[in-house]
Amino acid sequence: MRKLLFFMPLAVFLILGVVFYLQLGKDAQYMPSALVGKKVPEFTLVSLQDDQVYTHKDLPDTPYLINFWGTWCPACHVEHPFLMELANSGVPIVGIDYKDQKDLAVQWLEQKGNPYQVILMDEIGNFGVDMGVTGAPETFVVDRSGVVVYRHQGVINAENWPEIKGYMK
Amino acid sequence: MMLIRNVFLSIAMLLSLSVIAQEQMTFSSELNKTRYQSLVEELRCPKCQNQNLADSGSGIAVDLRELVHQMIEQGKTDQEIVDYMVARYGSFVLYRPQHSTATFLLWYGPFILLGIGLLAFISVVRMNRKRRGRDL
Repeated sequence: MRKLLFFMPLAVFLILGVVFYLQLGKDAQYMPSALVGKKVPEFTLVSLQDDQVYTHKDLPDTPYLINFWGTWCPACHVEHPFLMELANSGVPIVGIDYKDQKDLAVQWLEQKGNPYQVILMDEIGNFGVDMGVTGAPETFVVDRSGVVVYRHQGVINAENWPEIKGYMK
Repeated sequence: MMLIRNVFLSIAMLLSLSVIAQEQMTFSSELNKTRYQSLVEELRCPKCQNQNLADSGSGIAVDLRELVHQMIEQGKTDQEIVDYMVARYGSFVLYRPQHSTATFLLWYGPFILLGIGLLAFISVVRMNRKRRGRDL
């Protein structure tokens, strides 16, 4: 019994060592989305292109992406060409013009091209809050049944696309 | 002397940073203002990992502060506001974790360890006393 007690600190040290070692290399910035596994929240937003009112009922019934972007966001400039590639290969993307000015957004699309099936304006950012968005770009994968299955914070690129694509079903 | 003054100055500047992050807001009552202050201090900014809403200057923190302000003025309870934030940003936004099975160890682990320590202490004292009794 005495001898066992003597080795206790070593045992505790080893257990803690293993626990801490397993935490190494994990992305400390990663934050799970509260929305994964839930339906896309209800909304009423105006479209950028034709000023029509859209609700959550107008969303596609195939798997698609919801992409939050804004002309004020430098990383969105980086992401844009890859979104064009995705759109050209037939991936449906719903764009949310997040906390942006309409004229700037229209100008951006004219200059750089439009990868979005539909673009909805979230000028105040309330829909962003409902989606748990913390900034832009941020992308959600919605599956066939309208449930959010994945959230990606930051730029989508050729490197991380295969993983995101895996959720589109 | 100069050094001390510089240190004081930098401390004063650090303290004023948290004030800069706040906008002017009007409240219908002192109580609402107090509730607002305690809520934004207890809610974590979802963008910037180690700051609360009160201290953060990031865009989303400004928006969420405004939302908290609106909801308080609309007569929502503190619990409703906290639930609203958790539904959107997860329990990540709480600096004071909820009591649940997942956080059981977090809340009660220290007391369990204290109990184990107390038991070990008592048994060691008893063992020592027994041995001393034998030696005499």
